[in-house]
Amino acid sequence: MVAWTEYIQRDVPIPDWPYPIRYGHETELKTDVLVLGGGISGCHAAINARRTGVKVLVVEKGATKWSGSGGAGVDHWIAACTNPCSNITPEEHTEVAMQSSGGYDCGPLRYVSCQESWDALLDCEQMGLQIRDINDEFKGADFRDDKTKLMFAYDYKNKITLRVYGHNVKPLLYREMRRLGIDIYDRVMVTSLLTEGGKQGTRVIGATGVNVRTGEFYIIRANATVLATGLPGRIWTFSTELRSTFRDFNNVGDGCAIAWNAGAEFAKMETSFGESGAFSYIEYAMGNSHNTWYGCPIVDARGKEVPWFDRDGRELKTVPERFQPAPGQRFMLGLGERVPSDYENQVNSLAPDLPERIRKGEFILPLYADLSLLPEHERRAIFGLMVGNEGKTRIPVYDVLTKAGFNPDKDLLQAPVMSPEAYESPNFWSGMVVPHWRIWGGGGLVVNWDLKSNLDGLYAAGGAIFGSGAHASAAASGRYAGRKAAAYAKSASELIVDRGQVDREKNRVYTPLKQNKHNIGWKELNAGICRIMQDYCGEYRSEETLRAGLRLLKELRESETSMLYAATPHELGRALECHTIITVGEIVMQASLARKASSMFLNLSRLDFPTKDPPEWQKLLPIKLMDGRVEVGELPFNYHLLSPYAPTYRENYQLHCGL
Amino acid sequence: MDRKVYMVPNPSTPNNSIEFDPKICNGCNQCVEICRTDVLMPNPEKGKTPIVLYPDECWRCGCCVQECNRPGAITMIHPLNQSVVVNWKRKQTGENFRLGMLNPPPPNIRPPSG
Repeated sequence: MVAWTEYIQRDVPIPDWPYPIRYGHETELKTDVLVLGGGISGCHAAINARRTGVKVLVVEKGATKWSGSGGAGVDHWIAACTNPCSNITPEEHTEVAMQSSGGYDCGPLRYVSCQESWDALLDCEQMGLQIRDINDEFKGADFRDDKTKLMFAYDYKNKITLRVYGHNVKPLLYREMRRLGIDIYDRVMVTSLLTEGGKQGTRVIGATGVNVRTGEFYIIRANATVLATGLPGRIWTFSTELRSTFRDFNNVGDGCAIAWNAGAEFAKMETSFGESGAFSYIEYAMGNSHNTWYGCPIVDARGKEVPWFDRDGRELKTVPERFQPAPGQRFMLGLGERVPSDYENQVNSLAPDLPERIRKGEFILPLYADLSLLPEHERRAIFGLMVGNEGKTRIPVYDVLTKAGFNPDKDLLQAPVMSPEAYESPNFWSGMVVPHWRIWGGGGLVVNWDLKSNLDGLYAAGGAIFGSGAHASAAASGRYAGRKAAAYAKSASELIVDRGQVDREKNRVYTPLKQNKHNIGWKELNAGICRIMQDYCGEYRSEETLRAGLRLLKELRESETSMLYAATPHELGRALECHTIITVGEIVMQASLARKASSMFLNLSRLDFPTKDPPEWQKLLPIKLMDGRVEVGELPFNYHLLSPYAPTYRENYQLHCGL
Repeated sequence: MDRKVYMVPNPSTPNNSIEFDPKICNGCNQCVEICRTDVLMPNPEKGKTPIVLYPDECWRCGCCVQECNRPGAITMIHPLNQSVVVNWKRKQTGENFRLGMLNPPPPNIRPPSG
């Protein structure tokens, strides 16, 4: 009770839209720092900017109290190199991450994350987040430090990833924002960046937005803007029929599209990964031994346990060994860092030849996660602490499964039944990967040591920066970008908004309200764009297919998209998201065209340039719009350590961090 | 069988994403306020449970359940094509269970850690 179809079969009139309709009405706002996106990075940016005394305004498409990819919780806090128990320095962690990424990663973001991840967590603790085992539930556990009561994951020796009780992190951040007097505009979708003189490539002086409940239009002037819009989804796959999206449903790359149109520079947009799209399983609700479930024993249908191995193929016969680096291995980086697994950093795992062993009949499907084989502390840590606090697991998995009677002390949780090759990664719930169904690989804005883009006044945090993606990294970079944007806002001169730019945007925003009702709707259009992305910008790409894809996207923009119909402010927001998805698709295709080489690190397969990572292409290819034309540049992997910057991470951080 | 028949479209898929218990829910609409995708709409009749208008846009984050201060008022529902394969087996007895089964075992009442 009460779904709409049920409601309308009750002899009642179709209900009026419950919110006042204010299409076309303008609200003008002015602030020092404007934060676009009220997710993890946006909240930390807002709080840290506000603490320096400036006026801060946050615009969020959903509801800041819980929204964003990290809004439903967090269990792992990664890259906490400066926590009192850590054996790894930020420099060492950054070096390994950069090396394992083949260089295709953002040095400033990585180092800032390693430096301030722990500080950001302490901020959260001050707001009321539980980050320690204060109840002594895990006293004596291998992963607990008895002095600080901190608990660690993956590598119990080196202690850089913390286990935290993060299910309520978002309401706590929200409460702090309210306490500090930050202006929060929920249900406002940002539609464009305003620029000096209304021109591409000039200083960013604010943004426009539309309210997805009322249709009201917002013109927001700001001395500095922080792009905190997260990682896009719904670019390659979209089907609401089977399941929701892996990424926050609201996030389709509005931040990318508006920054692109303003002339901001992007890198790594050509990277992506295969996924199982709508046919995936409930995240973490299936037997697996990965990430939140790392270390869990996997048994087959007859109870035979799948052995564990370290990176050198040494069998790990005991449970404690799974949480220790291999002999000679400096440290295991852990999972969720968005760093490709390589020999240096890899975690221990199930038998790498498990698919072959299943084919030969050594292990009989279905497989099960057998938590009962673990000591109580480990079992409780995985199911009670981690599943109980990770994003999208406290209610969707812990609550739902325990209410249905699942008991981790007694029950075996079944893994999906799939083709043997799908068991190569212990992340079983992600299902059978379909190579041309792709998911965002971590493209985003190029930033300097201020986490500032190439445009004055535009800063970035979290998933808006290339190479990012984790909760703690979003928090740390938000913290940093908030400070830097506030410092800039204090010194920057105020500029006048170009009315022509506002009028052009307003006209675009309301077009879907002016169409015939029988024209195309947002869901069908979204799926249509995805088909172009799958076919023309999928696993394999080439000059011809990418150019054909760009032509199709352009045609789609001019035909079906121009006939897009929206019946409500809600549908208007979704319709405008289709504009966004086309733009994001175009950026990805342009970036893929620019790289005339394949890359193992970028998961990029160019049919016409099959050689992977040839030396001459081992560089970043920053891409931007200038006067409406695509410009591709070149940036060495270590651009952040070359002139005008200092030669080491530490020096640059000390020079720029503003602390 | 003898109820009035209307001309209505097929139900959206998945059919529902959350279920309200009208005996517990007091229609405060706090879940409506915090739902990231605006799946829920306030009921035109004050004090009644919200209307699930866009179950197809539910992200299944469970934040509405976390936000609700009336335990049991909201139950999250996973899409059937995902929930039907959430299976578990009792190690000692070999009994098979699944989400949504007809006669489920008694709930495990142990709360999450913390």
